Amino acid sequence: MVMSAPVDSAALPFACEVLLAGAGPATGEVLALRRPISFWGGVDPKTGAIIDARHPDRGAVIAGRVLALPGTIGSSSASAVLLELVHAGRAPAALLMTEPDAILLLGLVVAREMGWPIPSALRVPAEMQVRLASMTVTVSPDGTISG
Amino acid sequence: MTHLTPDEQALAAGDRGEGAAMAMRIVAEAARLMGAPGLIPVASAHIDGALYHGDSGTLFAETLVGGGAKVAVPATLNVGALDLVGCSRVRLPPHERGMARRMMAAYEAMGCAPTWTCAPYQAGHRPAVGTDVAWGESNAVVFCNSVLGARTNRYGDFLDIACAIVARAPDYGLHRPENRRARFVVDASGLTPELRASDAFWPVIGTWYGLQAGTAVGVIDGLQGFATEDRLKAFGAASASAGGVGLFHIAGVTPEAPDVATAAGGSAAGLETIRLTGPMLRDAYDRLSTADGDTVDAIAIGSPHLSLDEVRELQRLLAGRAVRLPFYACTGRHVIRAIDADGSRAALETQGITFVADTCVVVTPILERATGVLMTNSGKFAHYAPGNTGLAARYGALADCVESAVAGRLVREDSLWS
Repeated sequence: MVMSAPVDSAALPFACEVLLAGAGPATGEVLALRRPISFWGGVDPKTGAIIDARHPDRGAVIAGRVLALPGTIGSSSASAVLLELVHAGRAPAALLMTEPDAILLLGLVVAREMGWPIPSALRVPAEMQVRLASMTVTVSPDGTISG
Repeated sequence: MTHLTPDEQALAAGDRGEGAAMAMRIVAEAARLMGAPGLIPVASAHIDGALYHGDSGTLFAETLVGGGAKVAVPATLNVGALDLVGCSRVRLPPHERGMARRMMAAYEAMGCAPTWTCAPYQAGHRPAVGTDVAWGESNAVVFCNSVLGARTNRYGDFLDIACAIVARAPDYGLHRPENRRARFVVDASGLTPELRASDAFWPVIGTWYGLQAGTAVGVIDGLQGFATEDRLKAFGAASASAGGVGLFHIAGVTPEAPDVATAAGGSAAGLETIRLTGPMLRDAYDRLSTADGDTVDAIAIGSPHLSLDEVRELQRLLAGRAVRLPFYACTGRHVIRAIDADGSRAALETQGITFVADTCVVVTPILERATGVLMTNSGKFAHYAPGNTGLAARYGALADCVESAVAGRLVREDSLWS
């Protein structure tokens, strides 16, 4: 069991692999989901609220947050929900993922093709995600997470 | 690094128009994200991108159409947000209705077949064993891989149409034989034959399996003689909504699993084996319901879309009786054609059944209410109804759904699960 100790400020800035570079640096409070989520059926595409009745973070809103995902599950329409969130201005400030999820990230690839500004997506290990929970951080398109 | 051939690079640069170029860039970017060394040809596609989630998806499809994009392989369409057959009334406001209609028209304009079903494999789209294809919609993907033995990853919205336009897909994941081998074994032989022989068992074991497997590939032993195509469909849909299952094997049933050892790539020695028990399944059964008590406000069946056999079973169980609760039966126009031809749609509608074609009750507003309890025999409806419709879910066998609809309150046979 990994204890959720806060990150030593000396651990930041933290350099991560860039999955997709966003339009610019973004600052937000880290929302570290406690369970994997399916965006379709799990996140309201109009508001960014978590609506999955069985999800422990139900009610939280991902818009403007640095969203740390321990995993993604379920429907192949996740990309459509993320594209709609970007178009509606309700996307997360950044995405931190343990593994690249092509279904979800396609929403950002398409948003970029459409000329809409996208958040950065970085690969961040699960342990680090837990340690960043609730901190306010700035995520840069070059993969740097700073305090 | 993903290697693109000179042809692929020319496509991305606009040789066949800006629509195809955009599609090629999307496929190449997906390949890069997944670490694929290159692209492979695909023989067909099933497109999940034509369901309206908001204006962004319509704008994307129309951008492709405006760029002259056409599908280069046979492509079927998954559900849209409207019932174009006209069996049911979709309660979308005018703006959303118009954008959903435009989106469906854009995908048809690109040359996709207007099948509008999440069960394309029961509407004539059945690629051969070993064929690489690009399919979206999680239940269709898991059926395509597991039951048909064709090879696809779980293509999300947008990547599916992009692959269909360029007739290529990233070479990774379940396209590669080494990733299709079972990594764990489930032994279901200890469960009672009565349980395994019941229709209601399959969404429940699918839910359990999805939670257990996540995205891992496993093989289940002990279901020989109990599986039918519709049961495998129900299993797969439940497993893909509860977890991220893209491929399962069932020994003696699915094409890559003549036996456990073959499914595991030659030998199952050293693989973890889970012995499935009744109480483990009881947990999954309970998890499919978010409501208790005996109130039921509406019934929905058909996720994935009902086959003709399943409509016949509904008709048999109703035995001429009328239902007292709203009862939605979701299916594709391929089934509507058959039940229009023999008059059974009209007969069932007289008994109170509302057919829903081209779409379903959890992806677009059709239900008359946004609160209360929705009963279903579908693991996938049970999973998504609370979030997408606001109604709590109550899971039961098809026979339980029919008896509850006739009685106007919950009637459920729980003895199999005790």
